[in-house]
Amino acid sequence: MSVDAATVRRIAHLARIAVSEDDVPHLQGELNAMLAFVEQLSEVDVAGVEPMTSVTPMQMKKRADVVNDGEITDDIVANAPATEGHFFLVPKVVE
Amino acid sequence: MTDLTSLTLAEARKGLAAKAFTSLELTDAHLSAIEAARVLNAFILETPDQARAMAREADAKIEKGDGGPLAGIPLGIKDLFATRGVRTTACSKILGNFVPTYESTVTSQLWRDGAVMLGKLNNDEFAMGSSNETSCFGPVGNPWRRDGSNTTLVPGGSSGGSASAVAALLCMGATATDTGGSIRQPAAFTATVGIKPTYGRCSRWGIVAFASSLDQAGPIARSVRDAAMLLRSMAGHDPKDTTSVDIAVPDYEAAIGKSVKGMKIGIPREYRLDGMPAEIEKLWEAGAAWLKSAGAELVEVSLPHTKYALPAYYIVAPAEASSNLARYDGVRYGLREQGRNITELYENTRAEGFGAEVKRRVMIGTYVLSAGYYDAYYLRAQKVRTLIKKDFEDCFAKGVDAILTPATPSAAFGIGEKGGADPVEMYLNDIFTVTVNMAGLPGIAVPAGKDAQGLPLGLQLIGRPFDEETLFSLGEVIEQAAGRFTPARWW
Repeated sequence: MSVDAATVRRIAHLARIAVSEDDVPHLQGELNAMLAFVEQLSEVDVAGVEPMTSVTPMQMKKRADVVNDGEITDDIVANAPATEGHFFLVPKVVE
Repeated sequence: MTDLTSLTLAEARKGLAAKAFTSLELTDAHLSAIEAARVLNAFILETPDQARAMAREADAKIEKGDGGPLAGIPLGIKDLFATRGVRTTACSKILGNFVPTYESTVTSQLWRDGAVMLGKLNNDEFAMGSSNETSCFGPVGNPWRRDGSNTTLVPGGSSGGSASAVAALLCMGATATDTGGSIRQPAAFTATVGIKPTYGRCSRWGIVAFASSLDQAGPIARSVRDAAMLLRSMAGHDPKDTTSVDIAVPDYEAAIGKSVKGMKIGIPREYRLDGMPAEIEKLWEAGAAWLKSAGAELVEVSLPHTKYALPAYYIVAPAEASSNLARYDGVRYGLREQGRNITELYENTRAEGFGAEVKRRVMIGTYVLSAGYYDAYYLRAQKVRTLIKKDFEDCFAKGVDAILTPATPSAAFGIGEKGGADPVEMYLNDIFTVTVNMAGLPGIAVPAGKDAQGLPLGLQLIGRPFDEETLFSLGEVIEQAAGRFTPARWW
C-alpha cells in the first residue's frame, strides 16, 4: 500500500502537525519508503496467532483505591506556557 | 590527578573507600574533562555546582562509613530521564525549557546509592534515531576516528551522548534507554559496554516515553563489571510503573568471574546476512571461540522470524510513539506556537517543535492506527511480534542459555552519511538489536575488536528473561579475551 498527497495531508491533520504544501511531496516519499519496507510482513502466515499484548507474562497490577497524591497544583502549572492562577490558558474553544 | 578519569567505576570505588582520593577530586577531574571535550557535544547541560554539592555529601558519608554502593561516583544522565529542578528536554524543541518537579525512579535510585550527577547527556530527539543526529542540540561526536582520518563519526544512537561521554572518559558511567537498540548500538560504536535489561526490570516512571512496550533503561559503562554495578542500582520494582516487575534484584557483580563451563550458546543462522562485512563475520567467530575455550558449548540455532523484526518494529514503535507524543500540545508544558483556534495552536506547536524524524514517525504511527488500516498493519505486526518471541522461547526451551550475535552490521559512520534520502537506510542499523526489544529479552553489547580502519566493533549476547547474570558472566569472558579499548584523544 502507498499513500497519495491527499492522504499525507489527512494523516498530518489527524496527527495535529501543520504541514506546508512544499513539505507534502518529500513526506509522501518518506512515508511510502517506510510502508514499502513494512510490506514484507504480508508474507508471514499469522493465521491463528494471538497478537502480543504483554511482552512479559504478568498479572495486571491494580493500584489501591486511595488518595495518595494531590495539593501539587503549583507543580502542575509550573511549566505551562500560559496560565492564569491555577488554570491553563488556551484560545477560546466554546463560542 | 588527571588520570582519575581513566579509572573504571570499580577501581574508583576502591580508591574512594581507601581514601586515596575524595569524590570531590574525582568529580572535579571529570568536570574538567567535560569542559575540555565540549566539541564532542555529549553533554547538553553541565551541572557542576550540583555535582560538587553531591560529591561533598558523598565524601561526608564515606567518611562516616555509610556511603552507598555508588557513593561519590560521578555519572552522566541521558536527557530522557526527568531530573528534579534540572532542565529535561528529550533533546526536542517541543519540551523547550521544561524543568521537572519530580525525579525519575531510576535516577532517584542512583542518588539513593550515593552517585553524583555531572549533567545531562545528548540523545536523538525522543530517542528516535540511530546516530544521535536528530537531537535539537545537534549531533554528538564519536571519540573514535578512522585511523589517519580527521572525519568526525557518529557515536550511534539514540544514547549517543551517553556512549560518547563514557568512551571519552567524561563520566564513569551513564544512564541510557533502549527501544530498538539505543543502548547496545552506541555501545558497540564506542567500545563501551551497554546492557538493555529484561522488559520490566527497570522502572520507566519519569523517563520520557517513546514506545512504552519496548522502552527499557540500562547503563552504558567502561567495563562489564561497571555495568553490573550500575544496573543493580537502577533496577527494581516500582509501584508507579505497572509494568515493572516485582522480583528481587540480584547482586549482578557476583555473576562476574563465574564459570561459564557447560553453558549452551546459540549461534543463530539468520543473523548471517548477505553482504555482511568479513570483519564482522570474523569477530563473531572469534567471540564464539573465546566462549568455547572458556568451556561453553556452541550450538547452531534458528530464529526464523528474525527478518520480520525490524519491519514489525517500524509499525509498533511509531504507533506507540504517536499515542505517547500526543501530550505535546503547547498547553501544559513546553513550546507554544499561537494559532487562530485551539486546533491551529496544536498543529503549529507540533510543526515547530518536532524535528523531521519525529514527525515522520508520529505520522506513520497515526496512519497504521487509523480506521481501516489498524488490522492490516498494527494487529498484524503484533502477531508477528508473538512469533518473534516464540522463536526465542523455542530456542531457550532446547536448553540454550544465551545467544551470541554481532551487535551492529557495521562500525560507526560519518555525520550526514546515512538516511538522507531513505529513512530505512538508517533503520537497518538496529537489525541485530531490535529483535531483543520485540521479545522483551535482556541483551548486552561488549566491545570485541576493531575493524581494518581502527574502529571498534561489538558483540551482543541475548539472554533468557530476567537472566542478566548469565550475560554478565559471558560478557566478561569476551571482555577478558578481547581486552579494553580506549580512543586516542583528539578533542
